[in-house]
Amino acid sequence: MDLFLYVWRQSGPEDKGSLEQYQARDISPDMSFLEMLDEVNEELTREGREPIAFDHDCREGICGSCSQVINGIPHGPQEKTTVCQLHMRHFRDGDTIYIEPWRARAFPVIKDLIVDRSSLDRIIQAGGYVSVHTGGVPDANAVLIPKTDAEKAMDAAECIGCGACVAACPNGSAMLFTAAKVTHLAMLPQGRVEAARRVCVMTEAMLREGFGNCSNHYECQSVCPKGIKVSFIAKLNREYLKSVADKP
Amino acid sequence: MAELTRSTVGRKIFMALTGWMMILFVAVHLLGNTTVYSGWINAYAERLHALPPLLWAYRLFMSVVVTVHIFFGIQLTLENRRAKPAPYFVKKHLRATFAGRTMIWSGTVIGGFLLFHLVHFTLQLIFPEHAANRNMDSAGRPDVLGMVIYSFQHLAVSCIYGIAVAALFLHLFHGVESSFQSFGLQSDRTQRFIVRAGAVAATVVASGYLSIPIAALLGILK
Repeated sequence: MDLFLYVWRQSGPEDKGSLEQYQARDISPDMSFLEMLDEVNEELTREGREPIAFDHDCREGICGSCSQVINGIPHGPQEKTTVCQLHMRHFRDGDTIYIEPWRARAFPVIKDLIVDRSSLDRIIQAGGYVSVHTGGVPDANAVLIPKTDAEKAMDAAECIGCGACVAACPNGSAMLFTAAKVTHLAMLPQGRVEAARRVCVMTEAMLREGFGNCSNHYECQSVCPKGIKVSFIAKLNREYLKSVADKP
Repeated sequence: MAELTRSTVGRKIFMALTGWMMILFVAVHLLGNTTVYSGWINAYAERLHALPPLLWAYRLFMSVVVTVHIFFGIQLTLENRRAKPAPYFVKKHLRATFAGRTMIWSGTVIGGFLLFHLVHFTLQLIFPEHAANRNMDSAGRPDVLGMVIYSFQHLAVSCIYGIAVAALFLHLFHGVESSFQSFGLQSDRTQRFIVRAGAVAATVVASGYLSIPIAALLGILK
């Protein structure tokens, strides 16, 4: 199949950048979206032009590196799928595809489709960890955790930190990301100890990094490749209220 | 408290809390207004104004509520705009509603309307010759019903109320459901129900308010 691409090109953080048109020829429907871009880059290299810079690593949907807004949807049209796991059979011969980087003040563009997502790391650094002494590895079933809690924690832990929630959010808010981390740790006994402090410092860090506020549009849930739900944001709000109420 | 007014979640909770105080007001105000149909509105208005200290205390309280809601609404919107400086060339909204994305504008319309409404029915300056305070009904009470009917029979006035009710519908459509999320009262199981309940509440309130100018225009109100 042949495709028309409009790709965001930006030589560096200071460059203004613009959409440029490319053609992808002889693309197999079995290729992944990133393999299609690899093909385009091969041709650009052969022609002596600068290849399109994009982020990728595992290419199996678990690292959270790939970050492209495809036809107006972060990670493209297929639900619960990262760009690397999106296959060209979801497009048709002759389609026009717009490819843009994640857009948010907290994600400055480094080059073309690559953005700096270290702001998410700094939210984690603020409080997304357990620092109480939890002792050695406990025997199996020595620490009892209700199954529903364990499952909820695991659902939240699925977040791969790709930043699609921020890219989709009309406010550029990282609330779904933060809520997933807060819930993940608050549901388990080791993380529960610091839950009150964590929710405060992580939400503060979110604002400090230049992310917007959550206004409950739920756009984030629709694009999350791991199906993280906005009910985790409700959980974060509850945790916050609890932390305020319990303040000594 | 100071921390709450700076926090991203704290301010959401302030928005929801003040929002609910206004929702309660809007609901009670609507119930009061429906007395135009039974003809009891003049008696209702007289009773309402019988206790000036209580009335003024409530007015003062609501002014604070409205001010807090407007202040945080504008502050949060400006912060959110700053967080998204560059737009996409192509952007699809999968879940975000028109109502949700235009809260600042529906809010602005409602805020503007509130001023008009106070000038119209509280200060009674739009049609001074038909002001309830100047015209008494047969029982010697200010004739609120007569003032309402006279006003709404002007198409332009009814249109202003129609636009305001449309804005209120949009604001409640997102706001009611959104407040439950902000209070942390939503779960995967209850979310769909709450979204629908918000839409129903917005529809009921909007149709209730809209019915009054329509009834006046059609000559049903007497």
